[in-house]
Amino acid sequence: MAFFLHFCEWLGNTSFSAGIRESTWWYPIIESVHVLGLCLFVGLLLLWDLRLLGMTLRRVAVSEVWARLIPWIAAGAVIMVVSGILLFTSDPVRFYGNVFFRIKAFGLFLALLNALAFHFGIERQLLDWDTAPATPRAAKVAGALSIALWAIVVMTGRLVAYNWFAPLV
Amino acid sequence: MPAVFQWIEHSWLGTSVNNSLWAFAAIESLHLLALAVIGGAVLVVDLRLLGWVFPRQTVAEVARDARPWLIGSVIAMILTGVPLMASLAYSKYYINAAFWLKMYFFAAALFFTFAIRQRVALGDAARANSIIGKAVAVVSVLLWSGVGIMGRGIGFY
Repeated sequence: MAFFLHFCEWLGNTSFSAGIRESTWWYPIIESVHVLGLCLFVGLLLLWDLRLLGMTLRRVAVSEVWARLIPWIAAGAVIMVVSGILLFTSDPVRFYGNVFFRIKAFGLFLALLNALAFHFGIERQLLDWDTAPATPRAAKVAGALSIALWAIVVMTGRLVAYNWFAPLV
Repeated sequence: MPAVFQWIEHSWLGTSVNNSLWAFAAIESLHLLALAVIGGAVLVVDLRLLGWVFPRQTVAEVARDARPWLIGSVIAMILTGVPLMASLAYSKYYINAAFWLKMYFFAAALFFTFAIRQRVALGDAARANSIIGKAVAVVSVLLWSGVGIMGRGIGFY
C-alpha cells in the first residue's frame, strides 16, 4: 500500500488540493452537495431495497421500480462519487490514515459485491417473481444486506470527521 | 428563552451527551442515516408530482406507500436531534444562526409537507397532476434542502 500512500502525498501537495483545503467556502459547499446527494442516492436506493423486502410500493412490479428509480439513483451516485473524490482530494493523507474512512471504503466494496451477487443471482429469475405477492428469500437477503451495508457507509462517513484513533499511516 | 436553553444544556440529557466521548458522534451518525431515509421518502413523492418517476402509478398511491417511511424518519430525526441539541443547547446552538435557520426551515417543511403537500397528493388527481402539484413539489424540495444545508451549516458557523 506504499504506492497508494505516495499517491496521497503527491495529491495532497498539488495546488488543486491546497485550493480546496485552504478556501473558506469550497469545502463546506462540496460537503453540503455530498449530504444532499446522500438523500438522492441512498434515499432512493433504500426505497429499492425496501421493495426487495416487500415493504413499500408492493403493487408496482419489481422491474418497474428498478427501471423508474435507476436514473435518479445513478445521478445520485455520480454526485456522490464526484463530491466524495473532491473531499478526499482536500486532505488525502488524513483520510487514508483515518480508521473510519477505511471501514467506509470496505463497506462500499461489500455493498457493490452484494449488488453484483444480486445481479448475477436471483435477478436472473426476476420474471418469475416480478409481480409475485412476496419476493423470494434471496432477494430479501440482498435488500437487507444492502440496507445494512449502506447504513455502515453513511455512519462511518460521518465519523471520518473524528480523529479519535492514531492515523494508520 | 436563553434561560430555557441553559437549563436544557445542564439537564440530565444535555450533560450525559456532552460528557460522553462517543454519544454525540454516534447519535449524529444515526441522525444522518435518518436524513437519507427522509430524503428518499420526500423525493419519491416530489418526483412523482413532477411526473418524473412512476408515471403509471397515481400520485396518491406513491404518497401512501412513502408515508410510513416519511413519518418514521421524521420521528427518528427528532429523537436523535433533541439529544444532539441538548448537549450544547446554549453555548453552541442558541447562539448559532444556522441552527435557528434550520429550525425555521424544519418547521416550514413539516407544516408544508403534512398540511399542504399531503392534501394535494392524496386529493383530486387532476389537481395533483397539474401545475399546482409541480409547484408543491418544487417548494417541498427547496424547504427540505434548506433543512439539510443549514444542518450542515451549524458545524461551519
